[in-house]
Amino acid sequence: MPKIEMRVNGKPISVETEAETLLVHFLRDRLGLTGTHVGCDTGQCGACTVHLNGEAVKSCTMFAVQAHGAEITTIEGLAKNGKLHPMQEAFREHHALQCGFCTPGMIMAAVDIVRRKPNADEKTIRQELEGNICRCTGYHNIVKAIASAAAGMGARS
Amino acid sequence: MTASLIGRPVKRKEDRRFITGTGHYTDDLSRPHQTHAVFVRSPHAHAKIRKIDAAPALALPGVIQVLTGEDLKADNVQGLICGWMIHSKDGSPMKAGGHPALALGKVRYVGDHVAVVIAETPAAAKDGAEAVVVDYEELPSVTSTGDAQSSSVQIHDEAPRNTVYQWALGDEKATGAAFANAAQVVELNLVNNRLIPNAMEPRAALGEYDSGSGIYTLTTTSQNPHVARLVLSAFVQIAPEHKLRVIAPDVGGGFGSKIFIYPEETVCVWAAKRVGRPVKWTAERGESFLADAHGRDHVTHGALALDKDGRVLGLRVKTTANLGAYLSTFSSAVPTYLYATLLSGQYNIPAIYAEVDAVYTNTAPVDAYRGAGRPEATYVVERLMEEAARKLKLDPAEIRRRNFIREFPHQTPVILAYDIGDYDASLKEAVKRADVSGFAQRKADAAKRDKKRGLGFSTYIEACGLAPSAAVGSLGAGVGLWESAEVRVNPTGSVEVLTGSHSHGQGHETTFAQLVADRLGISIDQVEIVHGDTDKVQFGMGTYGSRSAAVGLSAISLATDKVIAKAKHIAAYVMEVPEDDVEFKDGEFAAVKTNKKMTFGEVALAAYVGHKFPTDQIEPGLKETSFYDPKNFTFPAGCHICEVEIDPDTGVVEIVKFTAVDDFGTVINPMIVEGQVHGGIAQGIGQALLEHGVYDKESGQLLTGSYMDYCMPRADDLPSFEVGMTITACPSNPIGVKGCGEAGAIAAPAAVMNAITDALGVKEFDMPATPEKVWRALSGQRA
Repeated sequence: MPKIEMRVNGKPISVETEAETLLVHFLRDRLGLTGTHVGCDTGQCGACTVHLNGEAVKSCTMFAVQAHGAEITTIEGLAKNGKLHPMQEAFREHHALQCGFCTPGMIMAAVDIVRRKPNADEKTIRQELEGNICRCTGYHNIVKAIASAAAGMGARS
Repeated sequence: MTASLIGRPVKRKEDRRFITGTGHYTDDLSRPHQTHAVFVRSPHAHAKIRKIDAAPALALPGVIQVLTGEDLKADNVQGLICGWMIHSKDGSPMKAGGHPALALGKVRYVGDHVAVVIAETPAAAKDGAEAVVVDYEELPSVTSTGDAQSSSVQIHDEAPRNTVYQWALGDEKATGAAFANAAQVVELNLVNNRLIPNAMEPRAALGEYDSGSGIYTLTTTSQNPHVARLVLSAFVQIAPEHKLRVIAPDVGGGFGSKIFIYPEETVCVWAAKRVGRPVKWTAERGESFLADAHGRDHVTHGALALDKDGRVLGLRVKTTANLGAYLSTFSSAVPTYLYATLLSGQYNIPAIYAEVDAVYTNTAPVDAYRGAGRPEATYVVERLMEEAARKLKLDPAEIRRRNFIREFPHQTPVILAYDIGDYDASLKEAVKRADVSGFAQRKADAAKRDKKRGLGFSTYIEACGLAPSAAVGSLGAGVGLWESAEVRVNPTGSVEVLTGSHSHGQGHETTFAQLVADRLGISIDQVEIVHGDTDKVQFGMGTYGSRSAAVGLSAISLATDKVIAKAKHIAAYVMEVPEDDVEFKDGEFAAVKTNKKMTFGEVALAAYVGHKFPTDQIEPGLKETSFYDPKNFTFPAGCHICEVEIDPDTGVVEIVKFTAVDDFGTVINPMIVEGQVHGGIAQGIGQALLEHGVYDKESGQLLTGSYMDYCMPRADDLPSFEVGMTITACPSNPIGVKGCGEAGAIAAPAAVMNAITDALGVKEFDMPATPEKVWRALSGQRA
């Protein structure tokens, strides 16, 4: 079995894993990071979104071994020193989640949207969310939360 | 006086775990030595099973057991049930075929459950499932609703012409007379498209068996764990009720699809004993598409009789409802008592007659999906009303006003008695918010850009707060639909509230805590809501039919009353004053004629310490329960208005504005209520524009079996919504609430389709209004 080394949520990891293990299953089953969810089997729903070297990726669309040497951040690693990330705060503030299942992927994708497009308007935010499905909220409050977090993250300076 | 918590947008208590990835959904849980289950599913819509050969699977590394319907039978496990008896109009009981958890001799839809492979790892179980050799004799199939009764295919021996029942409601003769006297008759053929629920968390089950105690534990994605336990013990006979624990931890959405008792969950808990180790199964999304209960799928002819002024004289409806290949848990009630009883809408209709034929087809079972019967009813009534307005050249708001019910209580001709409402108020508010008066100008402006604008109304009603037990019992329900609550005060004054309602996104941990904290005058952080575990909560009927606040929270409210009463009694003893002199306000018990007072926490401590009152007269402790059975259904209602703009070149429909004004009675947390409205509207717009569960007519294969084929609403398919509320407090429960979970899904499809038919200038146009269909409709006009 190949051995992979990576940093996950700031911690170095060095383990052997089967070559065909998807990154999402590696995170969930091997590392116990069950905040990253599996909502579909076609790479469509985005519930498994994590950050790979700072960029949002769907962790069901790559093998764990492909993340060798990478810096991975999952939803569990987004808050720093017990302080929620502004995007997490915004989701709570704007009631941008209901059942919570799509939420980790949604937040990870949203952080990346704001990083890439700090001044995104509503239309852009909606287009950028194309890869994440939510069945509960109708996206109304998710869009509001992202716009608000963008402002809060100082992106609109 | 501290500010009341009722009516405030309190941020959700449950959010922290969800935004930090520390929630616990069923698939997040694992047990030592657990095994993994994968189901062998039928690739055919209809086939006899000649033989199942498990040997090739059992030869694979990691495969532990392969179990079939014969093994269930050997263990005396019974089939799954449908809990609501419907009688046909000739008095005969519905014709229900058997529903084994694993097939016995025959499969009846693509995805039907043939066998289960239990293995050491999910991958080994999957390899095993592929290796099981099933010898099928293919049979012809029928999947379409309209063809079921005329087809030569017979799906269940018990149901000739694939007909489950032929049911009717209302007065046929009076309705006939209304049509004979009508100045105007409006008729429509309507299809309510099949939907696939798609809660984002796929169903999952973790079955365990403890051989020492003989106790089974099923952890699963359920909206109603107690009902699951009752059905699995009393009917399916997995285990006696006291030897079966069902836990529904964090559940990622349900929308009805997680009410039902499915084969997979049943098999996992049963197999745990067979295998002697925990058995875990998590659906892949493809399995959710194939085997979660679908929604809607009606074919309807509706006719409205009106006088010359647009007053409705009568309504006649003939519907064929597709129930799929087996009767799911509540399926029989959906196109009958949850559908035809709502056909009076918000209107004073003297005569209604509805006939419903329910049919078997070679498709996934169809059962309650957000709204369940009420969206179908609203769609019929509101499409007809809009068409009547067009035919009579009346303003669509005006024709509704001419027919609104204004006196309450109002007995409809279809069983229900509306307790309260103000339909003019919600219509007026919606018309204002939607800027209906500016529509003509916007339409003209759009026309200059070669775009077509349309406006559509939907003034809907729903019966929620399911449900008064006596009422549903008389209609054939196998269970009463009350709810239980227990309010448990700890010696330190914090409170646990145990409820039979189940939250899978609705925010009960916040809303329920708001009410209890408000009533007890304590901090909301001192209140914990406990739900979803049959070992913790005494009993419960679960969450569906917008019932949690109206029924579940009413039970909590009554149990809280009892806690306050007992606490007052204890406080009087401790303060040595007559009980009548004790007033409870803002968390303090005050003796009115003295300066003595005790906080709620001090009384709680006294209740448990027991030194200061006669414990032979007052039992120590502070814990009360309530079983609350509502007096009536609740009747949320409102007005949704949709404005669309269509690009004739592409057929793309853009929702430029969607306005919803709803009357949900008393609102405890407006932030959560608005969120429920948003989500409901999104599902309603999804039905109208995007979603359609399609089976191939020839092969019976599900053509829309993934997110590549079944079009889920995405963020850029939807606008932001304009949401408002009007309030008439519900008189039928102690807190005045009506329920808000389904309104959007009920109201929106008719509003959207009325807008689209307005823009296109066509009478009949079926959902979903995909660009292709819209473009073709316009091409027809151009040709």
